[in-house]
Amino acid sequence: MLTTDEHKKLLETARTIRHSIIDTTMKAGGAHIGGGLSMLDILVILYFKYLNIDPSNPDDPHRDRFILSKGHGAIGYVPTLAERGYFDKALLDTFNKFKSPFGMHPDSLKIKGCDASTGSLGHGLPMALGMALGAKMQKKDFNTYCIVGDGELNEGSNWEAAMAAAHHKADNLILFVDRNMQMIDGPVEQIMGLEPLADKWKAFGWETLEIDGHDMIELSKAIDYALEIKGKPTVLIAKTIKGKGVDFMEDQTKWHYGAIDSEKGKQAHLSVDKMYADLGI
Amino acid sequence: MSKKVTGTTWNVYDANKLTQAEIYGQVLCDLGDEHSEIVGLSADLAKSTKIGLFQEKFPERFVNVGIAEQNMFGIAAGMAKTGLKPFVSTMAVFASLRAAEQIRTDICYQKLNVKIIATHGGVAFASAGTTHQATEDIAIMRSFANMTVIVPADGIETAKAVKAAVKYPGPVYIRIGRGFEPSYYKDENYDFQIGKSIEIRQGTDITIIATGITVLQAAEAADFLAENDGLSVRVINIHTIKPIDKEAILKAVTETRRLLTVEEHSTIGGLGTAVADVIAESGKGCAFSKVGLQDEFAEIGYPEDLYAHYKLNADGIIENVREIMGKDFEEDDNWEDEY
Ligand SMILES: Cc1ncc(C[n+]2csc(CCOP(=O)(O)OP(=O)(O)O)c2C)c(N)n1
Repeated sequence: MLTTDEHKKLLETARTIRHSIIDTTMKAGGAHIGGGLSMLDILVILYFKYLNIDPSNPDDPHRDRFILSKGHGAIGYVPTLAERGYFDKALLDTFNKFKSPFGMHPDSLKIKGCDASTGSLGHGLPMALGMALGAKMQKKDFNTYCIVGDGELNEGSNWEAAMAAAHHKADNLILFVDRNMQMIDGPVEQIMGLEPLADKWKAFGWETLEIDGHDMIELSKAIDYALEIKGKPTVLIAKTIKGKGVDFMEDQTKWHYGAIDSEKGKQAHLSVDKMYADLGI
Repeated sequence: MSKKVTGTTWNVYDANKLTQAEIYGQVLCDLGDEHSEIVGLSADLAKSTKIGLFQEKFPERFVNVGIAEQNMFGIAAGMAKTGLKPFVSTMAVFASLRAAEQIRTDICYQKLNVKIIATHGGVAFASAGTTHQATEDIAIMRSFANMTVIVPADGIETAKAVKAAVKYPGPVYIRIGRGFEPSYYKDENYDFQIGKSIEIRQGTDITIIATGITVLQAAEAADFLAENDGLSVRVINIHTIKPIDKEAILKAVTETRRLLTVEEHSTIGGLGTAVADVIAESGKGCAFSKVGLQDEFAEIGYPEDLYAHYKLNADGIIENVREIMGKDFEEDDNWEDEY
């Protein structure tokens, strides 16, 4: 559960990072900003409330693990790690540039706090399962969290891992589906339908919840619930909006990847501030 | 808005304005008129790979399988078995790695008429990093029996390669860039045959064997070296990596005795290795070196940064030529003087 104060702080942090995402995208000359923004609230609640991590000791073997399977979300992920204190925020200015540690997809050898290099879709969940099983085998009690895109679920490797995770009772694994209903060529249900998605996960043996992926309170309740589940993994199908917070990007297929000039950037910042002002933040 | 598709010949203006992938998309549209057996497939990259132009024109002959490359190549194999000629497009890294077994075992093993047009080859998708750069695809594809591997120099050559591939039996892998790479060819008025390289600069001091985007860079390097170093540099555009043009390579070995291969790829298993095999098997000696990624994953950066860093641009090629010109090699039967 979140206290009122915690809730407010999380929203403020999310606002700060949304601004940072916009600035970083502008400087980088383009990024996968739509999908970076859709999963941001999940990242914020994980990194600022749930993950048992310490940026000053990023390799602690007992730390919780997180894998961004939809690696193109690096534009949301990298600024979150910066805000959490893994590295100097000024470094974000190098995003996409020559010899930067940050490209469009995260590199675990170059980014402090990043547990896995991703970007080729359908790799994160198997690796997350490996971490979860690794914890059990070594009698460590850390949890592993993972975010996949909904379009990403087209990849068969996810379902191979889904089957295996339930079979091996990986109850220390919590998966989020960033259900923003969009992929590159169009809306997910038009390109390759996933529905009934919750039924699929249930049939694979997962504890399955459908939640609002932008509502910190709902996210918090769902994670609390998942942490109590024993004997099976949990998937939280988080309904989200691609481009969340920037009105002209919201739910627009074309904002999967894009560049923003200073004019659009100004508009984007205003839109984010307005969204939080409406929430009383 | 759908793009207006005109006849098979577009003018130079178009070729310079369009990306390799756009040209491919347009050519495929034209070919689709003549060949009703052509169908298209993509895995949520119809727009990025430009096979989407074909989709707009022939929606009933196109399948988007979602983000599922293994499934896509399996489906393509099945379609080919029913008499269709599938053109399959995704990024080179996902075709060659994710779906490698489907391509090898379903498509190559069964010698199926599937044409793979793989985009974002090499380090073209530079800032996207290693997960999206294809620096092993040529090595992988050329190791599959029955596979033909083509790396066009530019958009114009892409058009020629795609047209040739339609008529060429069996699986073909055509590797193109991300787009915006400058053109070497001015028009389509030259002879393009799968398996036959093209000598684009004559020379007697050294031969540069280039493929893909490095063809233009090699030509520019040769011109510069002629003017500034007084060197006579032969440049071969080896658009087909498999079957490799042995004759042209051996001729270069005999006539220039110094060879340099340049590829936007790992130096393990790609063009350089293919050429090295030919040289080694011939028993002839020559000074030889391979430009490309040296057993490493590429840096992040813009394409130009990476081309410069890996010495794939004209400057890098010039540097390598100068180095190899100073290299010793066995010209006679006396091996003592080599050490
Ligand atoms: C194996 C693989 N195939 C294709 C791609 C290219 N690609 C990058 S993002 C993307 C769409 C992802 O859609 P989704 O998972 O829904 O992500 P989101 O909408 O949240 O950004 C595709 C096809 C890839 N990165 N990996």
